[in-house]
Amino acid sequence: MFKTTPFYERLAPLNETGLWSQWSGYLVPRKFQMNDKVEYFAVRNSAALFDTSPLYKYRITGADAERFLAGVLARDIRHCRDGQAQYTCWCDDRGFVIEDGVVFRTSADDFMLTSAEPNFAYFKALVGTLRVSIEDISSDLGALAVQGPRARMLLASLAPEVADLKFFEHAQVKFGDVPAMVSRTGYTGDLGFEVWVAPHDGSALWDLIAGAGKDLGVLPAGQNVLVMTRIEAGLILIGADFHSSRFALSDHDSSTPLELGFGWMFNGLANSDRRFIGRTAIEREIGDRTSRWKTVGLVVDWQDWNRVYQTEGLIPPKDITPVTSEIMLYDDDGVHVGYTTSMMYSPILQRHIAIGRVRPRLSSVGSRVHLEATIHHRYRTVTTHVAKTALFNPARKTS
Amino acid sequence: MSTSRTYDAIVIGGGHNGLVNGAYLAKAGMKTLIIERRHLVGGAAITEELYPGFHFTTFSYALSLLRPEIIHELHLVKHGFMPIQMSSSFAPMEDGDYLWQGSDRDENIHEIARHSRHDADAMDQFDHDMHQICQAMKPLMDSIPPNLFGNGPDDLLQLADLARHLKGLQPRVLHNCVRLLTGSAADFLDDYFESDIVKATLASSGIIGSKVGPRSQGSGLVLLFHKLGEVDGSFGSWGFHKGGNGGFTQVLARAAQAFGAEIVLDTAVDHVITSNGRTTGVALADGTELNAAVVVSSLDPRRTFTQLVDPRELPTELVDNIRRFRFQGTSAKVNFALDGLPSHPALPGRVDHYRGFVNIGPTMDYLEHAYDDAKYGWYSRRPYIDGCIQSTVDPDMAPPGKHVMSCFVQYAPYELKNGDWDVEREGFGDVVEDTIESFFPGFKRLVLHRETVTPLDIERVVGLSEGNIFAGEFLAPQMFFFRPAPGWNQYRTPIDGYYQCGSGTHPGGCVMGAPGRFASQQILADAARSTSAR
Repeated sequence: MFKTTPFYERLAPLNETGLWSQWSGYLVPRKFQMNDKVEYFAVRNSAALFDTSPLYKYRITGADAERFLAGVLARDIRHCRDGQAQYTCWCDDRGFVIEDGVVFRTSADDFMLTSAEPNFAYFKALVGTLRVSIEDISSDLGALAVQGPRARMLLASLAPEVADLKFFEHAQVKFGDVPAMVSRTGYTGDLGFEVWVAPHDGSALWDLIAGAGKDLGVLPAGQNVLVMTRIEAGLILIGADFHSSRFALSDHDSSTPLELGFGWMFNGLANSDRRFIGRTAIEREIGDRTSRWKTVGLVVDWQDWNRVYQTEGLIPPKDITPVTSEIMLYDDDGVHVGYTTSMMYSPILQRHIAIGRVRPRLSSVGSRVHLEATIHHRYRTVTTHVAKTALFNPARKTS
Repeated sequence: MSTSRTYDAIVIGGGHNGLVNGAYLAKAGMKTLIIERRHLVGGAAITEELYPGFHFTTFSYALSLLRPEIIHELHLVKHGFMPIQMSSSFAPMEDGDYLWQGSDRDENIHEIARHSRHDADAMDQFDHDMHQICQAMKPLMDSIPPNLFGNGPDDLLQLADLARHLKGLQPRVLHNCVRLLTGSAADFLDDYFESDIVKATLASSGIIGSKVGPRSQGSGLVLLFHKLGEVDGSFGSWGFHKGGNGGFTQVLARAAQAFGAEIVLDTAVDHVITSNGRTTGVALADGTELNAAVVVSSLDPRRTFTQLVDPRELPTELVDNIRRFRFQGTSAKVNFALDGLPSHPALPGRVDHYRGFVNIGPTMDYLEHAYDDAKYGWYSRRPYIDGCIQSTVDPDMAPPGKHVMSCFVQYAPYELKNGDWDVEREGFGDVVEDTIESFFPGFKRLVLHRETVTPLDIERVVGLSEGNIFAGEFLAPQMFFFRPAPGWNQYRTPIDGYYQCGSGTHPGGCVMGAPGRFASQQILADAARSTSAR
């Protein structure tokens, strides 16, 4: 039996399609009505409400909590102030990524870490003698993501202090009688927030937020659109763009943080004495330039896309459905140099875009590669260029 | 305006084609000035706050045929281009039932089956055949048509290319094209469907903007034209630009300016200055003269050839053809500010069917009777209405909880027999409001404000002759080789340096931008030729 989230009671009658996804054992709507673009444009043009409750959530407390996380997480938690959050990842000692997630710092001895996959036993085993307690609070908190240009106005109409939250800040607020944590975070690359609430308050929170959004064009949105918007935002997804090294059967299935584009997490590493899992391997990779891949944004050349289809007498397709099976990339000489891990047609960019990985020599912005396309049962290639991520990056996201 | 009075190119008219043309010329490095008579650019594609907090697409209201190349080549995304799909069509019927077509094929099949099991199956065949027809016709729309009357090697090569394309089509596809291009929408639809509501909903695309009924020869061409577009990659779909079509033309203006084009508002051009068969610039209404070797008119053919220049400088045959070019606008707009969303008796409590178009034209007879009124010189007593409540997909169009509704209405002939639009305007508005009320009881109580726009208003405000929304009727003898006149279908004019780029040129009206783009290609090619000849 699949479990239901704290918002299920409200979402079930709204989901007219009867289509549900299974996310970590929970039911979440795939879409609420048949046309994905209706929900998509709610995100980009108003605001949309996503149920992201199935995320795993761990509460890490105790006098050594900061020390623990500084040694486990790749990014330096000591630079995260109280009331801030950090996007981070954690690696194995060979410098391969186990997972990514967001860590929220409430105080020096109180943190919450989210992840898409279970990591409880993994973290527990690393505690050793530190004064740290790790609690799996996954089912103790529902999460409602409110994403889109009207998200701030919507939430601030219920709790004015939300308006003051800066990008990656969080605060404890009250929506009516409902206490909740609000963070200026999300997975859509837009102005947005996530509201974390006790399960028994799920329906009440939904009623407040959906009620306030009723006349603002705010819509509930499903997984399809969440996955679309995150590709535009250049945010990688475990299981699609990378796999946990803990369960990799070969190094082909593992990625280093540098290969995933997380090099920025190690800015200033040379001047830091922080020991964390994977540091030695990561430093060696930086020094020896041994990265096999570089995760990049890709934008397909529209003229070439049209050309390959029109040459075959076809109207060029523009399908918004993300493709997370690998599509091969070649260099000018036809040598295999990479593959896409998430591809789609982006309505906001009017281009076919992808997140993919290429050999480091072709990873600079503007580099040309050739994307495989199957047309009339034959392989063709389409000119594609490496582009800066996030591919869609509106100023409102961080302003 | 800058102190310099000499430009490489001057574009007359800041409608969407003028902006597109000016943007391309500026992108190619020409010092370009776009002159707009009104206080805002956009021509018929404007959005105005005509009632506090409510933003109306006063005239043009939807997007589909815009050529995708323009989006990319002019970097429109960077300037805010955002097409929002209107994902359904809701057609209320006179007995209180409806046909609601969404974006899921299987759902649509079940919905059509409520009206006809036969038609539920036939829709797939119709869609497939239309797709093939569009595939066949698209290359014609996406290229400059050959000059049928030219004898140069280029002309003959282009004709040969066209012949080769047509020769490559399957006989059934080519035959379908000809049947649509020359016949009536009704005849074509009768081949597939039996249900009146299904046929009428589809046939309405065959009358939009044109003085034809669904049973008139020629409505097939109009139907085909409206199926050739795409919104955001959904072929044949129609949608809405963020901020309305005025939002779109503002994007175009920003793009044109980013390429270096200068836009001047509130400035009327009196005439194009010519000397020894070539243009040297324009004279403004205030007497100022501006110099340019290239002058482009984005106005309609009547204004381009008989008002901006002295027709006596043109070949008699061209002037005669322009005189015979049919405008006869028959479309009107009625725009409403609404206190809330209407309700339909069969769908109490639901409002999601308003996220698309509301098509009021429930039977073929209804549409044809509406046309009958116009044929005899009056507006329809029960008009066809293409409504859309754009604030449902773009909440910035109206205050929270309130809505704007754009209603495109036919028929409203430019020339009323024994009548005057200045007298009839509000009576016509009442007819439209009453018609909507009859399908959506309670509608009238929601109306906070109403703007009625007649063909006469379109002519007066926008400048489109006789209020024709396409800058000239979509009639076979006015298309392709012949738009706007035989031998002058390639954006040039008999006056050297004077070009045309409006919707009165190929491929035609709607917010397409293709005329502006093709004209710029022609201008730049001519400039390159004259440079290399020097």
